[in-house]
Amino acid sequence: MKSIYAVDSDVKVLLPDGSARRLMDYLVPSALLMFAALLLMASTFMPYWSMTLSAPQYPEGLRVDVYINHLEGDVREIDALNHYLGMPKLDEGGRLERSISAVAILALGLLLMAGVFVHNQWAAVLAIPALAFPVVFLADLWIILYTYGHSIDPESPLGSAIEPFTPPLFGPGSIGQFGTVASPGPGLILAFAATGVVLIGLWFHRAAYKPIVDARNKVKASTPQAARA
Amino acid sequence: MRSLIHPRRLRYVLAAVLTLVAILAACAQPAPGPAPAAEGIPADAAAVIAERGLTPDDVYSAVKTYMPTGQYDPYIMFASGGQGGQVLVIGVPSMRILRLIGVFTPEPWQGYGYGGASDKVLEEGYVDGRELEWGDTHHPGLSETNGEYDGQFVFINDKANARLAVIDLRDFDTKQIVKTPNAINDHGGTFVTPNTEYVIEGPQYAAPIGYEYASLDDYQEKYRGLITFWKFDRAKGRVDPSQSFQIELPPYWQDLCDAGKGPSEGWIFCNSLNTELATGGVELGNPPFEAGTAKNDTDYLHIFDWKKAEAAFKGGKAETINGMAVIRLQTAIDEGILHFTPEPKSPHGSDVTPGGEFVVVGGKLDPHVTVYSIDKIKAAIEAGGFDADVYGVPVIPLDKSMEAQVELGLGPLHTVFDDKGYAYTSLFLDSAVARWTLGGPYAGKNPDEPWKLIQKLPVHYNIGHIAAAEGDTASPDGQYVVALNKWSIDRFANVGPLLPQNLQLIDVTRTGDQMKLLYDLPIGMAEPHYAQIIKADKLKPFEVYPEVGWNPDTMTLDPNAITDLTQARVERNGKNVEVWMAVVRSHFTPERVEIKKGDHVIWHLTNIERTRDATHGFALSGYNINLSLEPGETQTIEFDADMAGTFTYFCTEFCSALHLEMAGYFLVEP
Repeated sequence: MKSIYAVDSDVKVLLPDGSARRLMDYLVPSALLMFAALLLMASTFMPYWSMTLSAPQYPEGLRVDVYINHLEGDVREIDALNHYLGMPKLDEGGRLERSISAVAILALGLLLMAGVFVHNQWAAVLAIPALAFPVVFLADLWIILYTYGHSIDPESPLGSAIEPFTPPLFGPGSIGQFGTVASPGPGLILAFAATGVVLIGLWFHRAAYKPIVDARNKVKASTPQAARA
Repeated sequence: MRSLIHPRRLRYVLAAVLTLVAILAACAQPAPGPAPAAEGIPADAAAVIAERGLTPDDVYSAVKTYMPTGQYDPYIMFASGGQGGQVLVIGVPSMRILRLIGVFTPEPWQGYGYGGASDKVLEEGYVDGRELEWGDTHHPGLSETNGEYDGQFVFINDKANARLAVIDLRDFDTKQIVKTPNAINDHGGTFVTPNTEYVIEGPQYAAPIGYEYASLDDYQEKYRGLITFWKFDRAKGRVDPSQSFQIELPPYWQDLCDAGKGPSEGWIFCNSLNTELATGGVELGNPPFEAGTAKNDTDYLHIFDWKKAEAAFKGGKAETINGMAVIRLQTAIDEGILHFTPEPKSPHGSDVTPGGEFVVVGGKLDPHVTVYSIDKIKAAIEAGGFDADVYGVPVIPLDKSMEAQVELGLGPLHTVFDDKGYAYTSLFLDSAVARWTLGGPYAGKNPDEPWKLIQKLPVHYNIGHIAAAEGDTASPDGQYVVALNKWSIDRFANVGPLLPQNLQLIDVTRTGDQMKLLYDLPIGMAEPHYAQIIKADKLKPFEVYPEVGWNPDTMTLDPNAITDLTQARVERNGKNVEVWMAVVRSHFTPERVEIKKGDHVIWHLTNIERTRDATHGFALSGYNINLSLEPGETQTIEFDADMAGTFTYFCTEFCSALHLEMAGYFLVEP
C-alpha cells in the first residue's frame, strides 16, 4: 500500500522560497477534485429520488424514479390514476431542469476540473456550484412537489374530495388508498458524496497551494524594490 | 521538511469516500416470510376434521390440493370443452378453473365473435360459407419441441365439422380456424409430430371425399376416411394449407391417433373401429352400428410412415381435390406409406410410450391392452410379403407386431404414462383407472414385475379419457393423473337432470398400489374429452400486450392504434365515419359519437392502459357488439348504422371505482 502514496517520492517540488514539498501533496487534491467530478457525472445515470406507492390492487406497488434528466417507472400508470384527482402529469414538473441538467452537470464537473489548474483560493469559488448542487436539487424538488400537490383540478372526478397537499420529500405519506414512501436514490447519494470529496479536495488543495502563495509573498517581501523594477 | 500527507491519514480519507460510494451498493434485505405451518394439526383444524368426519386420506387430499391465495399451481391443464366448442384452462393440483378460451363458439366474456377481429377467425371456419355457431372440441394438442411440450401453442379439433383451431399461448387467444377440406367430421386429432412439423387431424365417420352425395349402397367404393397433415408455420403461428396434405383411407372409421417419437419418430399410429364396413340401418332390419362395427374380432391399427407421405406430397404424387393435396389410397400403398396390423375390436386409444418404443391400444370390448413394438413393426415392414386387406393395404400379422397384451379389466380406452415405468389406462365399463407396468426398457423403473396390472382405482363414473402430467411427452412427470369422467351421478348437489362432468385428480407419486383419488372438479359448462397437462413454468404468456396498440390477430402494432387521449377523434368521409377511440379508466374518448342512419362505421378502439388486469369491455347496445379490450389491445369493429335512435356504449368489465360512469352515447340521426 505504501508505494501508492509514495509515488515519485524522490521527486520534490521546489517552492520560490527554496523550501521543498513532496509531489504527492499536489497530486492528491487534483485527484480528489477530478474524482468528485467523475462522481457527479456518474450520478446522472442513477435515480436521484424515488417514490413507491402501494395499494391493495397493486401488489407489486408502483414506483417512479426521478433521474436528473428523465423519469422512469410506472409514470404512465401514476398519471392515469392521478387524473382522478386532477393532478398534473408527472413530467410537467421540472421540465426546464431536466432539459438542461445533463449540460449543467457537465459544466459543474468541468468547473471542478478547472480548479485543478487554479492554484489559489479561486479554486474554491469554482467548486461552489458543485457543492451547492444537491441542496439546490432538493429545494427544487420540494417546489415541484408543492406545486404538484397544489394544482388539483376541481373539475376532476375526485378533485373536490382532496385537500391540497405537499408530498413528503423523504419518508412515508399517503393519498387515497395509496401509501407512499419517498427516498433518496443512489444518484443523490453520489452527488452528496461528491460534495464531501470536493471539501476534502479543497482542504488538500489549500494545504498544497497556500504555501506556494505564502512563499511568493515571502520572496516578494525580501526582494529590493529596485531589483524588481 | 513538513509533509502534509501522511500515508495513514490519506488512507482514512479514501476509505471514507469509498464507504460513501459503497452505500450505493447496499440493497434492502428481503423481509423474512411467515413461518411454515407447525407440525401436527392445530386444534381448530382438528375440530373441523371431527365435525366433517374426515379420514386421514381426506386430510391428505385436502392439504395436497390446497393452494393458498396467491400461490400458483405447478401444472396447467388444457381440457377440451366438447359440445361447448371451447378449451378450458385448469390449475393442477388445485383444480381451479383459470380460463375459458373461446374457439369454435362465440364467447361474450372475452368478446370473442361479437364484432372484433375474432369474427374473422370464426368466419374462416364456416363450412362452404355457412355460418357455424358451435363446435365439438375433442383433443387439445400442445405444440412440442423434441417431443416435449414447449408451451407456445395449443391446437384443438372440432369433431362436428372437421375443423382445426390454433390457440397462441402468448395471449391464450384463438388465432386461426381452418375448415378441413374434403372432410365433414374428424376425431383423431389434434396431435403433433415431435417438433410440431405437422398438426394431425384423423378422421372418424367415413364419407365420400368432399362429402358429396353418395348412396350408402356404394359405401365400399365411394366412402373414404381422410387423415390431414396440417403444416404448421411456427413463426407465423398459423397452419399453412398450401403446404398441407391429406391421405385417403379405407372407410374404416379411424379413431384416435398418436405420433411416434424416438425410435418411432416418423411414424403415426391410428386405430379404426369399422373394418366391417357397417352402414347401419337398424330401422331397415340391419344391425345397428353398435353391433355392426363390432362383428369382427379385430380392427386395423393404421401405421403411417409420414416422412414417406411428405416425400410423396412434395414429389407431386398427390392429387388436388377441392384445393387440397390428397395422396390417394393406391399411392399410399404403392409408396409404402400405409400398413395395417390387427388390433382388438372397437379400440379407442392408440398411445405411444414416452421413449417411442411401443404403441398401446385399448380395445373397448376386449379386457386387454395390446402393446405393439415399433422395432417389430419396422422389421416386419422391411421383410414384407404380407396379405392385403380388401383395399390392398398390406396387413402385418399380429404375431409380427405385438410385444405384449395385459389384461386390465372392462372397457380399456386411453393410456397415459408416468416417469416410473407405469402406464395408466382408463377403464370405461369398470369405472376405474388401471395402473400397470411397462416392460422392455421401462422394467426396473419401479419395484413391480413388467407387463402386469398393479392397481385398479375406482373413479366416478364412466371414465373416458385420462391425462397425466406432461403425459404425452418424451419425459412424463408422474405426480398427477386426471380422470375425465363422463358421468358424475351422485357426486355433487343435484342441479337438475343435466349433470356436470367430473374431472378427478389422482395422486400417482407413490409406486405399487398406492394411487390415491384426491379431488373432484365438476365441469358444468362443457364436456371435456381429452386434456393435456403442462408444467406451468413452460408457459410464458404476456401480462399485458407488449405495446399500446397491439393487434392480437396479427401480433404486431395495429396501424389504427392510438397511444393517448389526444389522438382520439372522429372523421367523416362521405358516408364513412371512422372513429379512433381511446379507452382508459374510467372513460372512453370520445364520449359522444353522432352519426346519421345509413352511415358505415369503422370504429377503432385502443385500451391505452399498461397495468395488469386493467381490462375494459366495450358493449354497444342494440348492435350485438361486445369487445374485451385487454391492456394495450387495439380492436376494430365495422358495421352499417342501419338503426336510427339513441344507443349507449359502456364498459362491460368492472374496471374501476368509476366503472359505471365509463359510458358514452351513440346517436344515430334518422
